[in-house]
Amino acid sequence: MVWWLVFLWALLKLVIAVGFVLVTALILIYMLRKVMGRMQYRMGPRHHGPHGVFQTMFDAVKLLGKENIIPKDVDKWPYLWAPVIVFVPSLTIFALLPFAEKIVATNIEISLFFVFAIMGISTISLIMAGWGSNNKYALLGGLRSAAQMMSYEIPLILSAIGVVIMAGSMNLVEIVRAQQNIYYIVPQAVAFFVFMTSALAELNHTPFDIPEAESEIVAGFNIEYSGFRFASFFLAEFVNLFIICALATILFLGGWLPFTNPVYGTLFFLFKTYILIFVTMWIRSTFPRFRLDQFMNFGWKLLLPLSLVNIFVTGTVVLVVDNIRGL
Amino acid sequence: MLTEEFEKTVEDLPKDYMEVNFGPHHPSTHGVFRFIARVDGERIVGIDPVIGYLHRGVEKMAERKTYIQFKPLVDRLDYTGALLNELCYCQALEKMAEIEVPERAQAIRVISAELNRICAHLIFYGAIGLEAGAFTPFLFSFAEREKALQLLEMLAGGRLTFNYITIGGVRKDIPNGFKSELEKFLSIFPKRLKVFEDLFTGNEIFKSRTQGIGVIKMEDAFDWAMSGPTLRGSGARFDIRKAEPYSGYEKYDFDIPAGENGDVYDRYLVRMAEMRQSLRIIEQAAEDIPSGDIQVKVPKVLKLPEGEIYYRNEGTKGEIGFYIISDGGKTPYRMKIRTPSFSHLSALGFVLKGAYIADAIVILGSFDTVMGSVDR
Repeated sequence: MVWWLVFLWALLKLVIAVGFVLVTALILIYMLRKVMGRMQYRMGPRHHGPHGVFQTMFDAVKLLGKENIIPKDVDKWPYLWAPVIVFVPSLTIFALLPFAEKIVATNIEISLFFVFAIMGISTISLIMAGWGSNNKYALLGGLRSAAQMMSYEIPLILSAIGVVIMAGSMNLVEIVRAQQNIYYIVPQAVAFFVFMTSALAELNHTPFDIPEAESEIVAGFNIEYSGFRFASFFLAEFVNLFIICALATILFLGGWLPFTNPVYGTLFFLFKTYILIFVTMWIRSTFPRFRLDQFMNFGWKLLLPLSLVNIFVTGTVVLVVDNIRGL
Repeated sequence: MLTEEFEKTVEDLPKDYMEVNFGPHHPSTHGVFRFIARVDGERIVGIDPVIGYLHRGVEKMAERKTYIQFKPLVDRLDYTGALLNELCYCQALEKMAEIEVPERAQAIRVISAELNRICAHLIFYGAIGLEAGAFTPFLFSFAEREKALQLLEMLAGGRLTFNYITIGGVRKDIPNGFKSELEKFLSIFPKRLKVFEDLFTGNEIFKSRTQGIGVIKMEDAFDWAMSGPTLRGSGARFDIRKAEPYSGYEKYDFDIPAGENGDVYDRYLVRMAEMRQSLRIIEQAAEDIPSGDIQVKVPKVLKLPEGEIYYRNEGTKGEIGFYIISDGGKTPYRMKIRTPSFSHLSALGFVLKGAYIADAIVILGSFDTVMGSVDR
């Protein structure tokens, strides 16, 4: 291929990816409003379009048109770059997610490892936002998110190791293929619980929405942001919601299986993902919030030992089974 | 609570804490309360409460208005339980002027006051949920409060400030259809209350956020002049409706729920139990409302005999008291209003010491303060 064609192809992929990401975020925001509304005896958005489907789109457009206020005395570099950096992991991870057997933008050998490595970046942007905003609530929010990350990131990654041991690969496509016979949610039920719990913390979702606890520190790290910078934080949160649930689907729910056809596969994959998303929204509209120290206790004293035990048991069983087969 | 050990370590540290300002427009300071917290990380070392953002000079206004003219202003003290303020004020005047209130009026007063108490406690339920980070209970409770408010609207015409109870009775008689609506409410509400309790009472997260948080011992509660559900949460079974019955409360059979540990969770439980007791009272009062007048004739310009009176009632948050000094004229010489929220807020610094910021909000919410009655 000539060089400009390669360039154009890459650009096209990028446009499709960004478009998909933004549309997903808008759909999820609309879904959250409707789901929470129904659970609270409300209708949710009603006015723009049938059943208010255009509401979130208009909201995004409104935010784009808002003035970008930069408060006095902010630390400019962290403040301005935080909303950009928050989007980097979201977009990067999208490139690695296999939607179906063949539908994956970049298929690298250790994609799971890469996903986890990239995912940690989003916390840095929250700390940057908290530090740069020159606001005490924001600072507390940023520090809270740093402290929270310590507690969930390790169980999150360790819980996936059980899956890796069983699949014998760190490639996401291979992991799904290995679930031909049984979805890993059955043998790895403990890991699934740990993964989803840590994932809620990763997303700053209720009951772990500690960094942006509205009733305590108003909005936490994003208190001083307005206009599109705020929208970027907001959208990133929902893109991450999709990513985490998609990842859980790949690791534990068998991705696109049992369909190998790319169209049905993608649809079924999305269906499973949206079910998980619905569950997180259900949790979001039911539970109160943990306190930071309680969450750290929870992370270090329950989630971490559970995931370690899970690795140990999985490793032993796999080793024993392999040896028996080898005999 | 601040343990001694922690206090010592805090003493040794250099005194340079971060000062965080909460309010007056913070989402969960219940109106316009402001406090400046000195925090050590996430722990509160001390607070400086600032009140007065809603000060209207109500007590001074009382000296310039006739007793009847002043009555609508009483609604605006604790506006979540406006009828209970009115009830206390009117009874103070009636006692001083020796006016006998007809039994029918007394029963109607009790029904409306207890409905209002349920409304106020529902606000508490929603607010404590918001403060603990759950949004749904707030909307649940407001949907239910709407039904109670509609009943009050039928009765009094208003929804927040009623001006319904008058000196010598109530302003309007029970309208047609009120009783059937009330019965409907009485049959549905306990089921809804069950749903509310399902969301919080057994919830592990809610328990961990509220149990052992903001503990007030019974002696401390008395020392800080606490009253109402906050005092009862600390274990004291004291209710002015029982201790000094008024408006016919002695006729009704109800319990005084009380907590054991004096933490936020107990204060929550007490309020939930009190709603059930209020339902019981309404049920008994509505069963046979005595016939007769709803009002006695009171002179247009009421003059009280010379003297003074302190009259207290059980409000939604605690003891409401009116201390009226009369010099025999049309207006009081001086009126001092005792509101429970003020006493509770004054203890805030004591309770918050050593708590986390996240706890501070929940503790403040557990007092269920209304700034309208703090600032007056």
